[in-house]
Amino acid sequence: MRGTFAGLFRRFEPLLPWTLPVLVIVVWQLLGSLGILSSRVMPTPVQVAEAAVRLTLSGELPHSLAVSTWRALTGFLIGGSIGFLFGLLNGVARLAEKLTDSSIQMIRNIPHLAMIPLVIVWFGIGDEGKIFLVALGVLFPIYLNTLHGIRSVDPGLIEMGRVYGLGRGALYRRVILPGALPSILVGLRYALGIMWLTLIVAETISSKDGIGYMAMNAREFFQLDVVVLCILLYALLGKASDLMAKGLERSWLKWHPHFGRQSAKRPAA
Amino acid sequence: MASAFRQAKRETAGGLTGDWPGGPWTETPDRQSGFSRQEATGRSAGGPRTEDEPDERERKNDSRGLAVTLRRVVKRFGDGPAVLDGLDLTIRAGQFVAIVGRSGCGKSTLLRLIAGLDAPGGGELLRDGRPVAGLDPYTRVMFQDARLLPWLTVEENVTLGAHGLGKREAKEKAREALRLVGLEKRARDWPSVLSGGQKQRVALARALVGNPRLLLLDEPLGALDALTRIEMQRLIERLWQQQGFTALLVTHDVGEAVALADRVVLIERGAVALDLEITLARPRVKDTGFAHFEKRILDRVLEPDDRAGGRAETAYEI
Repeated sequence: MRGTFAGLFRRFEPLLPWTLPVLVIVVWQLLGSLGILSSRVMPTPVQVAEAAVRLTLSGELPHSLAVSTWRALTGFLIGGSIGFLFGLLNGVARLAEKLTDSSIQMIRNIPHLAMIPLVIVWFGIGDEGKIFLVALGVLFPIYLNTLHGIRSVDPGLIEMGRVYGLGRGALYRRVILPGALPSILVGLRYALGIMWLTLIVAETISSKDGIGYMAMNAREFFQLDVVVLCILLYALLGKASDLMAKGLERSWLKWHPHFGRQSAKRPAA
Repeated sequence: MASAFRQAKRETAGGLTGDWPGGPWTETPDRQSGFSRQEATGRSAGGPRTEDEPDERERKNDSRGLAVTLRRVVKRFGDGPAVLDGLDLTIRAGQFVAIVGRSGCGKSTLLRLIAGLDAPGGGELLRDGRPVAGLDPYTRVMFQDARLLPWLTVEENVTLGAHGLGKREAKEKAREALRLVGLEKRARDWPSVLSGGQKQRVALARALVGNPRLLLLDEPLGALDALTRIEMQRLIERLWQQQGFTALLVTHDVGEAVALADRVVLIERGAVALDLEITLARPRVKDTGFAHFEKRILDRVLEPDDRAGGRAETAYEI
């Protein structure tokens, strides 16, 4: 009896995380169909799906999605690179840290979304402003975690590397960077969350296209189905970027007992 | 002159088997150390037997160890008192010297100076007659913790010790060294899945893969359990006999020092307080002779020391 239950459990285990979302959607649809939930307050899942099909066919949804994704990734690349470079530099060179760290910490404590009015004046409502904000938001978690990662590399390992004749370059490449990687990836995951959050707020307040704009526009015309669709899209995009970060962790940290399988063996190189 | 001759001789010997006679997998018990490979590693052997093994004694004459000389060496950290205060010590090439002493007596500092990790504040420090200037490729250190890079496989970690060789050659040497410590089957594992003793064996392989002439051991067995410790002691002794490097072992375990070393040096207040040749035959057994040396050293260590005051209760394991 127990055995069959365990077998059943194993087979359906991958589906387990999806049971709750599916249940919520089913109940939601039922409430809407039965008229308990007015469609003026909340459209049903079917209505939302219909909106998705409609907007996909008209080309509006793919366009918004592409524009938003492009902004998010560009901003992420710019901000992430700057944060990573500063983290690296300040983790390695005392002088650089003395020079820049306290300034970075000051800027970090300004809520970057508070700069939206200023950014609109500077950049207008085009792409640049959004990319700027995303870059600004993403910079700090990457910077802090890179710096922390480099600082927390076991000094014993660095000393070992020196004893075994590793030069400066090899020491960074083979000891310091891999040692800092777990922390850097934590920063990356955190930054991906901030990336979407920043972009959505910025697009909702001032934009002429993108998902945030689509949602605001729909509100003007009281198309609640589109508004809900946009919100669901955010959830999916967030999940997608989280999966990406997890994938990176799994492939870059396979040596780590927490991420890789304990008995993992690499194919002979 | 002599070293150039040795160099040439080593080159003609060629390859690892020539360099490390006795072969990694001789199934006959070693006549000198008196135990077989199986005993040393707890694994069954199964490799090719080397046919033309040079005699062990001949091997030791051809020692490629590095001589170390310290003259009036002084070391202090900051404005504190001198950790090493005019220390004199001469270590012959190929000798196995153990350094014992209370915690904080400066024995690890001494090892770091010889390794070139720290610079002395005064005095002279020579390796093979030349002043020590930083790290050198002939000197390897084994630390108390294995210090393996967790993001490299066991084999890649060992390859780190073969720095400066071609990729293929380094890989081959790493395999060979892993075989010497009986871990060739774990070559592709991550270090995180190994036990403490296995990690130290990998560290030993990494230290030996570059054919060091001076091996510095900084309490490498301190964190291991008693049985693993004995196993590792035998392994270190055997590899030292085969390869003829100079070995310097820092330990607070007097028994371990007597079991392994040709000579035990006691350091107290930054200077040599006792320098004792251990004249016991190898392999060492814990007989009355062993106990005699152990007692002599321990008695000297535990002598009431006015200046040490309340430090009389110290951490010694026997």
